[in-house]
Amino acid sequence: MAPTVRLRRRRWASGFQIVLLLLAAVFGLAIGAGTAAAQDPPEPSPTGTTAPPADAPPVADDAVTVRGTLNNAGERLDGVTVRASDAAGEVVGETESADGGRWELAVPPGTYVFEVIGESLPDDVTVQSTVTRDVAAGQPNTVIFSFGEARSGSNVAFAETLIRTIVDGLRFGLIIAIAGVGLSLIFGTTGLTNFAHGELVTLGAVAAWVFNVSFGIHLIPATILAIIVGVIIGWLNNALVWAPLRRRRTGLIAQLVVSIGLAIALRYLILIFFSDRAQPYSDYQAQRQLQWGPLAITPVNLACIVISLVVLVGVALLLQRTRIGKAMRAVADNRDLAASSGIDVEKVIRFVWGLGGGLAALGGVLFGLSELGGRVQWEMGFKLLLLMFAGIILGGLGTAYGALLGCVVVGLLVQLSTLVINPDLKYIGGLLVLIVILVIRPQGILGSRTRIG
Amino acid sequence: MDLLAVLQVSFAQMIGPSAIFYALLAIGLNLHFGYAGLLNFGQIGFALLGGYGVGIMTVTYGQPLWMGVLVGLALPALLALLLGIPTLRLRADYLAIATIAAAEILRLMFRSTASDSVTGSTRGLWGFAGPFTAWSPFDSGKQYNLLGMRFYGDDLWAMVVGWTLVLVLCGVVYLLSHSPWGRVLKAVREDEDAARALGKNVFVYKMQALVLGGMIGGLGGIFNALQTKSINPDFYSTAQTFFAFGALILGGAATVFGPVLGAMLFWFILTLPDAFLRQAISGPDPLISLTEQQVGAMRFVLLGILIAVMMVFRPQGILGSKREVQLDA
Repeated sequence: MAPTVRLRRRRWASGFQIVLLLLAAVFGLAIGAGTAAAQDPPEPSPTGTTAPPADAPPVADDAVTVRGTLNNAGERLDGVTVRASDAAGEVVGETESADGGRWELAVPPGTYVFEVIGESLPDDVTVQSTVTRDVAAGQPNTVIFSFGEARSGSNVAFAETLIRTIVDGLRFGLIIAIAGVGLSLIFGTTGLTNFAHGELVTLGAVAAWVFNVSFGIHLIPATILAIIVGVIIGWLNNALVWAPLRRRRTGLIAQLVVSIGLAIALRYLILIFFSDRAQPYSDYQAQRQLQWGPLAITPVNLACIVISLVVLVGVALLLQRTRIGKAMRAVADNRDLAASSGIDVEKVIRFVWGLGGGLAALGGVLFGLSELGGRVQWEMGFKLLLLMFAGIILGGLGTAYGALLGCVVVGLLVQLSTLVINPDLKYIGGLLVLIVILVIRPQGILGSRTRIG
Repeated sequence: MDLLAVLQVSFAQMIGPSAIFYALLAIGLNLHFGYAGLLNFGQIGFALLGGYGVGIMTVTYGQPLWMGVLVGLALPALLALLLGIPTLRLRADYLAIATIAAAEILRLMFRSTASDSVTGSTRGLWGFAGPFTAWSPFDSGKQYNLLGMRFYGDDLWAMVVGWTLVLVLCGVVYLLSHSPWGRVLKAVREDEDAARALGKNVFVYKMQALVLGGMIGGLGGIFNALQTKSINPDFYSTAQTFFAFGALILGGAATVFGPVLGAMLFWFILTLPDAFLRQAISGPDPLISLTEQQVGAMRFVLLGILIAVMMVFRPQGILGSKREVQLDA
């Protein structure tokens, strides 16, 4: 089979490039010109319908509810006054944003100017401008404010922005790598494409949150406890689900579908038992940037980079130097040969699951701390999962070092893409890499041809 | 607790518009997963393109509705080509990852503020279903009584159109699966190398199945847009694909009526505990204290467990035969 595939691929090579262009065209269709807004829309409820909050003030029948969420680069602003005035400048409504930066105003249909009152903002936050909006019944009326300096002013040198973005990208890439190494090792040793790996990440972050906020333990020991919990969850995952399925000789595709089911069930169990909103850790919330020449970074982000590097070097040493590491690579390379040369394959797999679970938990805490502004969110793992897949496939599915390399590249690409495209599209860059790499070099940077058959 | 009301809500879901939507998605997935053995985890992306094809052509560019429907069918076909060309030669899980990523990319792009002028970003699009409801013989404002279940005239019209569509597609799938083309497709699913040895171009057969199934998914999106009269990007989340997938596995992959039966039963099964829980938390003195959000999440938990358990213990679902669904990587 392999030779025919190879021949035909070559003939298709130019076709692939055309396809790439088409791909760009289809996706490009959706991006019109628009202004950048530093703000999320109101969070959708998981069922897809937005239920009105129970505590909405009683209003006249013809009034229309206008709502929004005040979000300054990830930081939700509560207790901030939002005012609506009509064309004559008369104030028709005023409200204060509640927890999570949400606000609502009921006004009769018409055209209004919405403004954020500057005095009610925290000291270091400024609002860019007011928003004029036609309010009509029967349509969602959402008003979005942009905070901080307007993006048009290029008062920061491009080189400086570039350096910051690259540092951000490295940090993000290392975090993806920490979480993704386990996924790659699990694939390598068992052949399972584990869609439930993102939930190991979320569970780790949630465990740290529980220790940190509910039990009042400082975040550093809480994270260590969360890693232990992650190891146990990973080990249990294997013992309760995957080892029995392997014994039943369930096909790999069936296992993949099972992992999807497991992922959905776990994700929404987390939503039920944790929270449907982002919850902050109690430490490391307000961070001042350290400045070294053009380089500015918060201590937490610096710590994330250092911790990630140390842990990843540790994993590399483990794989390269220790008996169990060598056994892991042997099993990943050729399971049958490893088994016949006396390696206990099931024991290696148990170890890989424990290691993967622990690393995913650490990755979850670091992801929450650095990317989500010190918060834990119920679907953070799923967001990271697709980027992990992108990184692992880029590096070569099933190879540990390839996964490291690929994940860092994806992290860099995601952050660097914000220089060119709208920041709310930044994850797309990472995911497009995934599709592009499948077109150009499906075995990844370090992968071997035989795996992809 | 009002048991009859709970049952009526559940039965209404069984034949209601959402069952039609998932039945359409599942019929498309059945061509992919059931007959061709392809793992498409981004079916909702095809539906998104179908729905937005209608919305963008009619609302943003002011074209007639039939034009929107044509574009809504063409875009999913194009997406299938784009995703299929790189991944159909690789192992099955690559297609799975690429499709789930593509669906997520599409959703993020269509909801982005950068695309606001075309897609209406998070507000979505509305006000394009006029011609569709104009053909309706039913009175829009009136509620019609169907065996104790109440449906508005517009929903009833959508149901008549939708179920007709589902039946026609079932006929098409029946004819296809009993045609020489369908037999080759099954052969490809069972053993690619054997099919190739007999001189069949495996890639082309897989691609045809992917495009056809994707277009049926797009049809689902078009139907949903016309029935709800609006499009919202966050409706098209990845979880929706797995609702359809769950329905397909429940009903039985590689059978003609499996996806339809699955979609009907699936909603019945999920709505029953949902409606019970909603009754239990309502009122001034609720039986259990759960928020609306938590109750909404419960159905996803059940969905996940259902998919996992069915896949292990009864992969053929209700109607399928075990021999046909023994997929292996």
